Amino acid sequence: MAELRVCALYPDLMNIYADRGNMLMLQWRCAWRKIGFRLVGVGLGDELSSDEHDLFYIGGGQDRDQLLCARDLVEVKSGALHAAAERGAVVLAVCGGYQLLGHAYVLGAQEVAGVGLVDLRTVREEGPRLIGNVAIEVELDGEPGPRVLAGFENHGGRTVLGPGEQPLGRVLRGNGNDGASGQEGVRRGNVIGTYLHGPLLPKNAWFADWLIRRALGLDALEPLDDELERQAHLSARRAAGV
Amino acid sequence: MTDPRLDPRIALARGVAGVLRLGGRGATSLPGRLLMRLDRGALARLSGRLPQGSAVISATNGKTTTAAMAASILTGAGVRLVHNRAGANMAGGVASALLEALRRGGMTGELGLFEVDEFWLEQVVGELAPRALVLSNLFRDQLDRYGELETIADRWVQVVEGAPADTALALNADDPLIADLGRSRSGVLYFGVEDPTVALPGLEHASDSKHCRRCGTPYRYEAVYLGHLGVYRCPNCGAERPQPTLAAERVELRGLRGARFDLRHGQHRAAVELPLPGLYNVYNALSATALALSLGRSLAEAAAGLERVKPAFGRAETVMIGERRLAILLVKNPAGANEVARTLTLEAGEHDLLGILNDKVADGRDVSWIWDADFEVLAPRIRRATCTGTRAAELGLRLKYAGVPPARIRVEPALDAALDAALAGLPDGRPLYAVPTYTAMLSLRELLAARGQVRDSFA
Repeated sequence: MAELRVCALYPDLMNIYADRGNMLMLQWRCAWRKIGFRLVGVGLGDELSSDEHDLFYIGGGQDRDQLLCARDLVEVKSGALHAAAERGAVVLAVCGGYQLLGHAYVLGAQEVAGVGLVDLRTVREEGPRLIGNVAIEVELDGEPGPRVLAGFENHGGRTVLGPGEQPLGRVLRGNGNDGASGQEGVRRGNVIGTYLHGPLLPKNAWFADWLIRRALGLDALEPLDDELERQAHLSARRAAGV
Repeated sequence: MTDPRLDPRIALARGVAGVLRLGGRGATSLPGRLLMRLDRGALARLSGRLPQGSAVISATNGKTTTAAMAASILTGAGVRLVHNRAGANMAGGVASALLEALRRGGMTGELGLFEVDEFWLEQVVGELAPRALVLSNLFRDQLDRYGELETIADRWVQVVEGAPADTALALNADDPLIADLGRSRSGVLYFGVEDPTVALPGLEHASDSKHCRRCGTPYRYEAVYLGHLGVYRCPNCGAERPQPTLAAERVELRGLRGARFDLRHGQHRAAVELPLPGLYNVYNALSATALALSLGRSLAEAAAGLERVKPAFGRAETVMIGERRLAILLVKNPAGANEVARTLTLEAGEHDLLGILNDKVADGRDVSWIWDADFEVLAPRIRRATCTGTRAAELGLRLKYAGVPPARIRVEPALDAALDAALAGLPDGRPLYAVPTYTAMLSLRELLAARGQVRDSFA
């Protein structure tokens, strides 16, 4: 029997935007298909194993907690996370977690180093926080065509991708990475970062399935009765105006 | 003394209030907002006319109910009050209440009793210089509107530091974010629950302030009462819950019917039969009692007032629709939702639920929070869930992933159709539990008023 082994990074600290919703989606959508599901939380100071998990998740946190996690990520977990990404494990980083994926997060005079899985840099600007419903269009391998991800964003940081880096999607409504580029999130292979919380997966059940497929190396999953999931997705899209 | 009503700015704002009343809009915060734009010192000048000064309550959860409880205690003790209306709790709402109370040569009331929005507390306290300030809790609420919890806590440090030395400060000992505000102040009245039998098995998922306010180490909890409220200690720096001098003991939760407990303050003790449900209302009762004690009232007066209190606007209010009973339980955030879920599990049988999830500004546009609430506790007890509101389907989905079978979940975005469907399927003699967000509660009351089932949609 297949099993999805999920590692939640800093579940006590990086959980501000109901990140549990994302975990519940993965858990139940595996369970209904008789796919095993194992969730391990790894906190500050804990060693991280690079090959015991198929999917690494990191959510959003308050500023102070995010700084604590940034340091720990670089000092304690960087090697294992890089190794996991290289062998194709899925890394999903949302909101504050997304900011930590890059090289640096600049808060005024302070520059906080990130784990550097992707080439991006985030600057906390004086301007207003970027808050609201958001919808983006994504093109993912294994999907028949462009699809929509809907969510809610709430971030003070502006994220700029390095020259070789691809965004997760194109902004249809909302602000995205910096409110100007039209880009939202980042994707390099199975490493994904995004500002869409809301939480992301309940609003986009199809994307939860895409992540499960990528994490387990499966071409297809048994279909489920997704009537409520479909309605919830449409509800979130409507809120964003798409 | 000159009549303040002759001040042209006040006259204009009062005129606007009069026009709004004629238009059937009721008093809103608009006249007060207008006045404050015309006259920045208006709050201080108007509240200065209150012979007994004012008292201020703030919290994420329970402001309105606590104010209603305090009003019941104080009016029972013969104090004439000026207070703001439910929800009108920003500076403009307070100013509107003061404007409305203005009479020739004085005020209609002796004491101002104001619930104040977390974000507006600094300004309002600065201008009112209240005699008593009661701070009850800080929970994760509307992040899209308020930013992070610690940011509000930091602002409240400024509020407390800036409050006059003779303002009596009452703080919830069980909320580490609140209790720590009293760190550098003497004479603080701390209140809390002292009853391990109502403690939870552990921290709930939505718990917010799990880490020491001073050094960042996770607190150790000897007892968790509600969210992050409980008996805590930091194993690193030793910061711990202050010993409450006002406590609720021997607490007995009786489902929706209410709660019974003993209030203890020093040598004094009083039994209370509270007609409002849940441990959250025991905390509200403690806050209201702390306010009354701070103003020199007795514990006996507090207990008597608490027993007379009526549910505030949609907070555990029951409405009869023909033979059918509709109980309305406002839910605004995960901590509140968890308490409502806990209260409903104390009621026998399987429940019919009408969940109304809106995403207007006053609800919080970000509906993420439903995934932080522990609906799992309630899921096995749900017979039928009708989900409505602007984000109906997302609430339905949340319940599905909490373990409610999809066949028991119905999504009907239109409120009137949802209410009819929920009532139509209701078994004889069973109540319908409506669980609305803030604007959803207002819509529900308006709908019921339009159907003649409640007298006044702004009761």
